[in-house]
Formats: sequence, structure tokens, C-alpha cells
Amino acid sequence: MKKLFLGFLSIFLVFSMLAACSQTSSNEGSGDSGSKDGKKRFAIVFKNTGNPYGEKQMDGFKQAIEALGHEAILKAPDQPTAEAQIQMIEELISQKVDSIAIVGNDPDALQPALKKAMDQGIKVLSLDSAVNAQSRMVHVNQADPVAIGRVQIEAISEMIGGKGQIAVLSATSQATNQNAWIEQMKETLKDPKYKDIELVKVAYGDDLRDKSVSETEALLKSYPDLKGIIAPTTVGIAAAGKVLTDKGLKDKVHLTGLGLPSEMAEYIESGVCDWMYLWNPIDVGYLAGYAADALVNETITGKVGDKFSAGDLGEKEIVEDGDGTQIMLGDPFKFDASNIAEWKEVY
Amino acid sequence: MDQVNKKPFSWKGFFLQWEWMLILLFLVVNVINTNLSPFYLDSVGLRDATMTFLDKAFMVFPMVMIMILRDIDISVSSTVALASVVMAHLYTLGVPMELAVVICLAVGAVCGLINGLLIVRFKELSAVIVTLSTMIIYRGIAYIILEDQSAGSFPEWFGFLGWGYIGGVPFILIAFVVMAVLFGLLLHKTTFGRRIYAIGNNPTASRFSGVQVDKIKIIVFMLAGVMAAITALFLTSRMGSTRPNVALGYELDVIAMVVLGGISTAGGKGKMIGAIIAVFLIGFLRYGLGLINMPAQVLMIIIGLLLIVAVMVPNLKPKAKAKGKPPKSQDQQIAG
Amino acid sequence: MTANNGQKGTLIENIAKFREVGLLGFIILLSVVIQWRNSSFLTLENINDMITNTAILSILAVGMMLVIITRGIDLSIGATLALSGMIAALTVGAFPNLNPILAVLLGTLVGLVSGVILGAIISKGGVLPIIATLGMMYIFRGLTFMVSGGQWVSAHQMPDSFKGIATGSFLGINNLILIAVLIYVAFYYFINHTRTGRQIYAVGSNPDSAKISGINHDKIIWLVYTIMGGLSGLAGVLWVSKFASAQGDTASGYELTVIAACVLGGVNIAGGSGKISGIILGSVLIGIMNNALPLINVSPFWQTGIQGSIILIAVVLNALVKRGVDMNALMRRRI
Repeated sequence: MKKLFLGFLSIFLVFSMLAACSQTSSNEGSGDSGSKDGKKRFAIVFKNTGNPYGEKQMDGFKQAIEALGHEAILKAPDQPTAEAQIQMIEELISQKVDSIAIVGNDPDALQPALKKAMDQGIKVLSLDSAVNAQSRMVHVNQADPVAIGRVQIEAISEMIGGKGQIAVLSATSQATNQNAWIEQMKETLKDPKYKDIELVKVAYGDDLRDKSVSETEALLKSYPDLKGIIAPTTVGIAAAGKVLTDKGLKDKVHLTGLGLPSEMAEYIESGVCDWMYLWNPIDVGYLAGYAADALVNETITGKVGDKFSAGDLGEKEIVEDGDGTQIMLGDPFKFDASNIAEWKEVY
Repeated sequence: MDQVNKKPFSWKGFFLQWEWMLILLFLVVNVINTNLSPFYLDSVGLRDATMTFLDKAFMVFPMVMIMILRDIDISVSSTVALASVVMAHLYTLGVPMELAVVICLAVGAVCGLINGLLIVRFKELSAVIVTLSTMIIYRGIAYIILEDQSAGSFPEWFGFLGWGYIGGVPFILIAFVVMAVLFGLLLHKTTFGRRIYAIGNNPTASRFSGVQVDKIKIIVFMLAGVMAAITALFLTSRMGSTRPNVALGYELDVIAMVVLGGISTAGGKGKMIGAIIAVFLIGFLRYGLGLINMPAQVLMIIIGLLLIVAVMVPNLKPKAKAKGKPPKSQDQQIAG
Repeated sequence: MTANNGQKGTLIENIAKFREVGLLGFIILLSVVIQWRNSSFLTLENINDMITNTAILSILAVGMMLVIITRGIDLSIGATLALSGMIAALTVGAFPNLNPILAVLLGTLVGLVSGVILGAIISKGGVLPIIATLGMMYIFRGLTFMVSGGQWVSAHQMPDSFKGIATGSFLGINNLILIAVLIYVAFYYFINHTRTGRQIYAVGSNPDSAKISGINHDKIIWLVYTIMGGLSGLAGVLWVSKFASAQGDTASGYELTVIAACVLGGVNIAGGSGKISGIILGSVLIGIMNNALPLINVSPFWQTGIQGSIILIAVVLNALVKRGVDMNALMRRRI
């Protein structure tokens, strides 16, 4: 009993000491809005760390922010979860940043946290992987999902000669971007000119190398007449490329999708993948940086029709996106044998 | 007769305990954090920081008991996911939220019950393999229910759980403290708690002494399930929605908090207060380093070093002294 | 009674003595069911794919078995694998003319160093294996991200000789399978026919008795984690070569799969027992699941649930059968 009492007493003392310290420091610091030496602070939160695509996006963001004379804060959690991002948002709120640009791990789970940020005057926007319209002021989209879905179907159709069975190898079953693009692919396939193409299966490789390999091998065995694979995820398309190479199926099964030029260089040069698409993540980050600045300056408020200048990318206009609004970067970019050598060193 | 084993109270003995080491570490971490960032010592910030890590901390209490019992439960994160998914899905189907919350707790209890039953019925199976399989199964059921959808749009009052304050103190912190007191009393001041230590120290002797080992194990695993469901409530409230892939990796975080708190996996040792201090230690360390936007990879290394160094340092000194002495055992105290 | 059946009963007797017969039976049953759902399961090509994909898992299972036998656990193998794979990949990227065998040795060396550090922390530092390996997991994973500089090493940066380690074959058998077989033969001999090998079992069975018998407890523990580290390092190079890619989060969470393979194979988590034949079966079951689940035409959302159920059923079945086998063993003792 004595020990328990002494234990609680000491913890109580510790907490009251902390409380006393914080009273003095918050009295000193409460007048200050949080920016040191006058610089505004813009934060970007990516999905996870150690991801070259994310690194490039954050680089582009940083480039834009520093060109505008502000300070950039780059954050990425070690696990691609929404829970980790909520923690980071709280940390940014405590740092009283001016703006948060987020690449969401989940479209809805960040809503209460981002609303709290917005209620405190922080300008919130999303990029690449969108959060729902209530969680943000505007979304920076790399390309129109309708275009992304359509262009991959067009590609595979051309590669397989307009008829045959195709399959999709996606990321996780919860991946919002991929799910949206696959929806658009299915919509595109309803067009009569694709009536001879059959989508037999959507497999989930979970963005894990080994699982993506197993799923690809299973597709090839379950559907011996398979003509084409679309993999709208960087890990998936690289894994499928490796499997097709190892099994020597180069011209029998065609491959396209969305991939990193560095990961796919080997397979595009060998012809296993005739061409594929992506966009420049540096530009996406860069555009988000300018958009964040425009929001903080109140040049734009995130409603349809607002226009702002995005540095080297020129004038951008906000357009509609379901319940919310978005800014488009452009169209998906095609990578094939002619330009892959140049791009594989970039990202 | 029962005074034989009681050592006289010594200040040195009292302060040389693991829990005081943790409090010292906690103070050190706070001092470092304060110097790293001007935003740290802000009562609002610190208060809100607790809301980010306390949701998973509810599972620490039963995990302490489970580990004292020499078992482990790695299925807790999947129980969180399943309880959350069932609750949200039922709410979407029209079940009133209050009832859905109760069902969430029930799901947690059932998951824990299944774990407990499997472990006591099949004694050849270790807790590791049973909870490993249920970890996969429970999450699998969550995937079957929600597939690739999310479920949410809960009523306003539900958001109060994870975001609300009572008198300036976050509701989740109040709930945590209440649970901490309850579980602390349960473990240290009741016969049930004493029996848990007994089973952990020597399961065979306990069984032969009339302790109902099986029943206690089942109860403890059910508690783990219920606390996982409580975590589910707070987590879902924090996110405003749920998916089958929530709470991934939570089991490792909980285990880290428990082992840092001084609970040995060899069983029979450890105090609840240790784990509680460890919760705040790790939580504020992450928060403080997050305030200076430390890259995730460096943060990982720091947490890893903390775990190892914190456990290793107290072991090094006494080991040097004890090298020449024969191993101590309980019998020696009675003998001399 | 049973001994009087002469020659005829011996086969059944031998099967009945085999503790993992339940698991073997379950694997056969499962294979039949899958083959019925998709007849391309039991084809040579598929079996080859399956064994190749399971080779790395089985190599890790050997090391994990030794660790578990000594009443320990190693949660850091995924991170060690990633670290050694990343270092090997970066090295061959910078020096494309490096002999692939040297790359393999480099990776194994990285793993061995990690194992030595880990073993020291556990045996000399007195830290519990779960804490030490959990902490090292975080540290190694962080190091992997730092070493990679946030980038991945892609196929075009790896010389063909390196990629050929995993895709090449010798005498018609894939390299990975050969390496796995070599390791199994070597460790089978080590565990069953060398003193050190038997000492590992002794330490796990009863650490106190082992110490009193003069076995160097600390050295054995250190050795076991070093071996695990070395095997993880080797697995890392093989993994990166097989997938022609090195990422920071490679094999994240893989340690649970390896532990599952071991425990399925009858390795007792309380220490002291475990057989090579068991972990072969355990790895095979996991390999079948990874290979076959996409083949049977079920909704992908059911995959996780089915996986967990298979593991649980396999384990429970094995326990029930083992009860029968042990009972049988007890009865046979009656003279």
C-alpha cells in the first residue's frame, strides 16, 4: 500500500511539474502564430517512407515552396496506414503550420483530423490519393481517372489486337486510386468497340512483390488463353514483368499499366512491356506546392473557377470533382522504348 | 510465519525498481523534447497528443496479464478490426448506434473467448500459433464483411469518444485512467490477480493447488477481446469511418509497451504501473520527435535502441557483481 | 499386441510413430481438393513454381527452428533480410562486374554480423529475445531505409549475373531449390549428428540442466542467433535476385510467416523439440496456400479468411492426431 501511494504521489508530482512548466511557456508563446523568423510553413504528408515515387513528389513540393520563399516540412510514416497519418496531422497542428498537403492512405479516415486542422485555420489540400471532399479545400489530381482508365484499355486493346482475355493486377483491395481507375476501365470496356475483349479477373497483389508474383503466376495458369495484363500499380507491373520474362511469355501475353520508369526500364527495353503510362510525380508535388501557397494567400478558396499561377506549370483553374473540387495536372504520360532511357534515371 | 519472506522496507530497494527507471527515462525524454521544439511544452498540444496514442493503449492492460501468464495474444489487432467493421456495418444496415456499440463489445468478447477456449482445450498448441491463426481468421472475416468498402457516417455523439473533452481533459484520457485504476486493482489487489502471478510462475503447482487455471485463462483472453473492442470504439471514433485494414500492426506496438514496462515473457513478473508508464514514455517520445519532423526511419532506430538499451543497462551492472555468486533462489530467504 | 503383426504392421506402425502424420495427411487432403477445383495445380510447372517460391521461406524456417528450440524467437528476420538484400543490390549496382557468388557472400556476411550483434545482446546483455529482436527489427528496418536513401534498386540497375542467381538452374533444377536442399542436408547433419547440434536441443529442453552439464549456454544462444542472421542474410540476397528489386519495406511482416511455418511443422514454442521433417511440411503447407489460393476461384476477399482457417484446422488436426500417436506410443510400451 505504501509503495502504491508513493508511486502515485511521484507521478502526480511529475505531471504537475510539467503542467507548471507548460503554463509559463504557453504564456510566453501564445501571442506568436507559430512561424519563426516570419517564414510560412507548408507541410506535405506522403503515404509511407522509402518510396521513390513519394520522394520525388515531396521534392517537387519542396522546390515550389522554397521558390516562393517559404519553409517546407516533409513527413512520411513508416507504415502506409491512416492511423499513422492522423498522428502526423496532430503533430503538424501542434506546430501551427500554415498548410497541410496530404497524400491520403484512406479517403475517409482522415476526415476528423483534417477538419480539426481546418478549424484551426490551416489550409488543407490533398494530392495524388484524394481524401473526401469534406476533409479538404481542393484536390490536386495528376490526371483524370476517366482518362487513366481509358488509356490503359486502349493500350492493351492495341497490343492484343482488339480481342482476347485480359486481367487486372491491382494493389490492395482497399486502394482508392486503383479502385477508381479499375471502375473506369470497366466503364470503358462497355463501349462496343471492345466487345471482343473480356476482363476475366481482378487480382490483388497488395503491392507486395512476392504476392504479386504468385497472383500473376496464378492468372497465367488459371487462364491459359490470357492475352493481356493491366497492372495499374508500380509494384504489380514490375512483378508481372519479371514473371513474364522468367517464363519467356514476351509476345504471348502483353503487359501495360502504370509503372515507375526506373522499375520498368528493363522490361520496356526487352519488349515484355510495349508501353506504359504514368505522370511526373515531381510536377504533382510542385503543383500542390503552388496550390497550397495560393490557398494560404487566399488567392483561391478552393471553389470552381478559381485561377492561380503555378510557376513553371503556368495558369491553373479549379474544376469540379464530385462533391468537391480539383486541379488537374494534365494527361497521363506514355513511356515506351523511345524515351525510357532518358526517364529511367529521373525516377 | 508469513513474516519470514518479507524483506524490511528499504529506500534503496524501492527506488532501484524497474518502474522508477521508467519514470526517470520519461523525465529524460520530456526534457529532451522540450529542448528540441518550442511547441512541445504546450498543455493543449500535450493533451491532444495523448489522444493519438491512447487508443491502442487500452489493450495493454489485459496483455500485461496474458504475458504474466506466459502466454501472448497477437490477434488483438484483428479483433479491433473485426469489432469495428461489424459495428459500422450493422449501423449502415440500420441498427441504432447504441446497440451497435454494445455489439462491438460483444464481438470483442467472443473473439477473446474463442482464443481462450482454443488455448485451454488444446494444450499442445501454444498461444502463439492459436492467436496467429485467429489473427488471420478474424481479419479475414472483416474483409469478407466489408470487402473494399469503407463504412462510416456515424452520429455526432460517437465522435465525442475520440475527440471530446470533459472539463478540458480528453475523454479518452479519463477513460484510460479509469481503466488503469480498475486493472491495476484487479491485478495487484485481488485474489484473481495473485492467481495470475501464481500461474505465471508455476502453472503445474498452481493447478495442483486448486487454482482454476483454465477458467482464469479464458477470462483473461476475454478481457483482451473486450479491451480490443474498446480500442475499436475509440479508433473508429478518431477516424470517423472504418475499413477491414484498420489497426494493422497494433499488436507489435502493444507488445513493445508491455515489455518495456518490465513484464517478462518468461512469466510471473511485472507490474501494471510499469506498462502504463511505458505507454506514455513511448507515446510522448514519438510525439516529441514528430514535432521536429524527424524522418520515420530515424525514429524507428531510436525506438528500437530505446527498447534494447532500456532493458540491457540495468542487466549489465548487477551481472558483473553477481558473477562470483551462486544463483539466488527463493529457498535461500527462508534458510537465512 | 501390435508387435505380433510382424512385417505387415511395420509400415502402419511407422506412419503411426511419425508425429507429423496429421499435417502430412492434411496437406495431401488439401492438394486433392485444390486439384479438383483447378486441374493446373498438380502440373510440373506449377509445382516447380511453388517450390521455387517456397525455397526462401524454407531456408529461413531452418534458422527459426533452431531459435525456437532454444526457447527464443526472432522477430527481426524480415528486416535483416531487407537490409542485406538492399546492401547486396546496391553493391552489384555500383560494381556490375562483381562475381555473383561474392554478392551472395556479402549478403550472408551482413546477416551474420546482424546475428552476432543480436546474439550478444541476448546472451551477454541478458535481454529477452522478444524485446531484443523487436528492437533490432526497428533498427534494421530504419537502417535499410537510410542505406537505400529512400530509393529502390530496380531491375535495370542489376547485372544479369546477379539476377541469374535466382533464375538460373544447375542440372535442370532451379538454383534456389538447390541452395535450399544443400542447406537442409547440411543442417540435418549438424542438428542430428554433431555435438553442438545436440547441445542446442539440450539448452532448449532444460537450460539449467544444460548449464550444470557443462554446456556453454551463452555460446549456444549466441550461435543460434548468428546462424539465423546468416540465413536471413542469404535469404535477402536470394529474394532481391528473385524479384529483381530491392525496396525499403521488403519482407515486412515476413517473420510471422516463418514462425507459422515452424509452428505448423511441430516445433514446440516452449522449446526443446523440433524436426527438420516437420518444418519441411510446414513450409510446404504455407507454400501451397500462397500458390493455390489464387488458383481456386474464390473471391479475393475470402483469401485471408481461408488462409487463417487452413492454418487453424491444420494445427488442431495435427494436435488431435498427435494425441492418438502419443497414446499409441504409450500403449506400445506395455510389455
